[in-house]
Amino acid sequence: MTTPATTQVGGPLDQGPPAEPRIGSRNRTGDKIFSGTATAAGITILVTLAGIAAFLLYEGFPALVAPAEDVPGGEGFWPYVQPLLFGTVLAAVIALVIAAPLSIGIALFISHYAPRRVAAPLGYLVDLLAAVPSVVYGLWGIFFLAPQLVPVFRWLEQTLGFLPFFAGPTSATGRTMLTAGIVLAVMILPIMSGVNREVFLQTPRLQEEAALALGATRSEMIRMTVLPFARSGMVSGAMLGLGRALGETLAVALVLSPAAVISFNLIGSTNSSTIAANIALNFPESSGLAVNTLIATGLVLFTLTFVVNFIARAVVARRKDFSGANA
Amino acid sequence: MAKRIDVKDLDIYYGSFRAVEGVTMSIEPRSITALIGPSGCGKSTFLRSLNRMHEVIPGARVSGSVLLDGQDLYGAGIDPVSVRRHVGMVFQRPNPFPTMSIYENVVAGMRLNGGRGVRKAEMDGIVEGALQGANLWNEVKDRLDRPGSSLSGGQQQRLCIARAIAVKPDVLLMDEPCSALDPISTLAIEDLMDQLKKDYTIVIVTHNMQQAARVSDRTGFFNIAGTGKPGKLIEMDETSTMFSTPSVQATEDYISGRFG
Amino acid sequence: MTTTTTPTALTSSEVGLNQGRLPRWSTPATIVAVVVLGALATLVLDAPVPLVVGLGVLALLVTLPALAWVVEGRRRANDRMWTVLVTLAFALALLPLLSLVITVTQNGLARFDWDFLTTDMRGVLGEGGGALHAIVGTLIITGLATVISVPIGIMTAVYLVEYGRGRLARAITLLVDVMTGIPSIVAGLFAFALFAIFFGPSVRFGIGGAVALSVLMIPVVVRSVEEMLKLVPNELREASYALGVSQWRTIVRVVLPTAAAGIATGVTLAIARVIGETAPLLIITGSTNILNTDPTDGRMSSLPIFTYYSYTIPGVPPEFGVERAWAAALTLFLIVMLLNLVARVVSRIFGSPTSR
Repeated sequence: MTTPATTQVGGPLDQGPPAEPRIGSRNRTGDKIFSGTATAAGITILVTLAGIAAFLLYEGFPALVAPAEDVPGGEGFWPYVQPLLFGTVLAAVIALVIAAPLSIGIALFISHYAPRRVAAPLGYLVDLLAAVPSVVYGLWGIFFLAPQLVPVFRWLEQTLGFLPFFAGPTSATGRTMLTAGIVLAVMILPIMSGVNREVFLQTPRLQEEAALALGATRSEMIRMTVLPFARSGMVSGAMLGLGRALGETLAVALVLSPAAVISFNLIGSTNSSTIAANIALNFPESSGLAVNTLIATGLVLFTLTFVVNFIARAVVARRKDFSGANA
Repeated sequence: MAKRIDVKDLDIYYGSFRAVEGVTMSIEPRSITALIGPSGCGKSTFLRSLNRMHEVIPGARVSGSVLLDGQDLYGAGIDPVSVRRHVGMVFQRPNPFPTMSIYENVVAGMRLNGGRGVRKAEMDGIVEGALQGANLWNEVKDRLDRPGSSLSGGQQQRLCIARAIAVKPDVLLMDEPCSALDPISTLAIEDLMDQLKKDYTIVIVTHNMQQAARVSDRTGFFNIAGTGKPGKLIEMDETSTMFSTPSVQATEDYISGRFG
Repeated sequence: MTTTTTPTALTSSEVGLNQGRLPRWSTPATIVAVVVLGALATLVLDAPVPLVVGLGVLALLVTLPALAWVVEGRRRANDRMWTVLVTLAFALALLPLLSLVITVTQNGLARFDWDFLTTDMRGVLGEGGGALHAIVGTLIITGLATVISVPIGIMTAVYLVEYGRGRLARAITLLVDVMTGIPSIVAGLFAFALFAIFFGPSVRFGIGGAVALSVLMIPVVVRSVEEMLKLVPNELREASYALGVSQWRTIVRVVLPTAAAGIATGVTLAIARVIGETAPLLIITGSTNILNTDPTDGRMSSLPIFTYYSYTIPGVPPEFGVERAWAAALTLFLIVMLLNLVARVVSRIFGSPTSR
């Protein structure tokens, strides 16, 4: 078939595979297998999440029903987990308080202040913070940040010492709850500013121009249009950051020198630990019921982060076409 | 090859919404049939129902029958995938596969359907035949391995036509194939349609009334009574009759630009 | 946050056309002045760095708006203050990144040598030793996690984009989102709880680590692949259907190849995300001093774990352990940055936008 006759162009080529003479009901096994595989993969997600809850419950259950004196600490499970839960929430809240305004500023800078040409590379720089392994953050926190912060803590103790947060005495190493909170804040900055950036950029152009046309300055335009528009997005971004801060392990485990206390003193040398850090520090040397206890605290953490994330996603879900999952 | 189409009492629904109502028409083999009408009148939906492409949208269904040489495309046990091998389609905007070369685009239908075992020489022949058929061979024969997206818009559209005829369908559906093209490319496609008519049954949807008048043998006019109402086939006749002495007032109004 | 404040002072009297403006050089000049003063304070008066930075920020916040108030009026001053605030927030975010890079490089270079990359810790107490076993362990565990996560992740994304309708798809979408928020240590506990049932409470092995990492990796892969598949124009799917191609062949031959570059980028970023995970491996793979290449059998070291233990259990004398910790941190940092770079290059060359 080297020279197809021009009168027959595109016509039946005798050598070609014989066309099916009649339209038939072809076998659709391929489609069935493929869509079945895809559905099965999706269901794997459901099974995994259910499995996480089920296995943690199964392995943690013995600690929940064990006699109080057998649980580490000798007072039962709930007294054991309370200071940890307190420390977890405290560290995460400190991180959130620091990161929330900063992330809004960062996002605004990239979305509305930086020249358009450099905005994307700058955003990429902030995203790089998310790529740094948490163990590296931990080392950085101990060796660089903590010593730098000691004089600041001293000053806080002297000036604001009447507040319970800064009662002191200041830790000589700088490895305090506030240091841990600052490290956590740096770690959750990328996801929070990423979400904020995305919602800020979605502000309808027409609204912004309307504000500018009224004679608003840039900051007035942002307060009139961008921030009100982005409110629910900022809330869910904060919740995502909170969820991540609650679950962060190694950075906290390295930075804090923990004790089983409940204390609001953020700059002292006696600090509550967090659930995740406590597991990391004690799991390798534990056996028997201690392992079950740690897994049960893991279950508490899982429930806490699940609820926080669920709320965040529910807020996001009300905004269509928006996902901050990859920030 | 070219087969006749008989549509009887065809209603097309999206969910509970009836998009097209009661279409009955016959389409002769080896002819060009143009479908015209205002936007949203259901002519594109109707065209897509001829190879069951509208079923890509969930909830789409039809009642009535579409017979291809007597065989009902909507009969029990008929596979829509198989229907589309017999009734090819060219779209509004050229859509060559961006990851494939020109050559691969033409044989895509065969390859995608698992047509291994076809010898290389045979494949080359099919590619040349299809590209000749689409009046594109001379322009691309030296760069068959370049990506399909490297061609101009008009060339891309002819590549899409080559891709459609390479699987040797019985019918070729064209959904406003020239609306994204410049006048010269449009003319090239129109010439091509005239040649393809020898081997295929062609149905074309167009917004361009001059185009309908130039290329088609028969013309069908679709109209809609109002938003939310189903589209209907108002009138269908020889193209020359439709454009000179239509029997329905609405057709005359539309053709002379006085609709509404 | 004053999100609901509507400026009431949008009157023309305040922004007259003939109003004074600060010269363009006023902003850079103020910044230079503050920086120079700060540097002097640090060098001459030996003031603590954080304090100087804090005061400098405050100085900028006050001076620029104050100048503007005098020359340009209240609303302009307000605007300038916001500009300073926003820019400072951004600069403040770059500080830790910069200091991280400097600290890790400075401390890590001391032991980042050939010996470090090619030996393990067998019989090493003080000086010497390396992270070969940890590097190999990290590659094996992360590789296995990728092998598990990528097919499941891609197929789930295919399900969500191409097939998913109704309640099941909505539930999976929501749960994938929730899964992205699972604390890494919980993933480790899950893998432990799962395998402890079969192998007893002292179970430690590489595959367990891979399973734990997969729990963290799958949702990331699903999200990025999903976004890429949504970018594939519907017209291409229709073109394929119109050729009589079945849906699954359309997905395999047209949709996935079109999105290939984006998928590769997403997978690379997902690998970068989990390769530095420490907590789950601490629980389920444990740590060892010697090279173990069999993920089905026994403890396996990895770079993050090696870093962690080199610092917490440094040996005698402790300096050498800490040096190894920094070198391992640098190695890990370089691998993660390399993966990020690869992802950028892939998406740049093949022109597919990433999800970020």
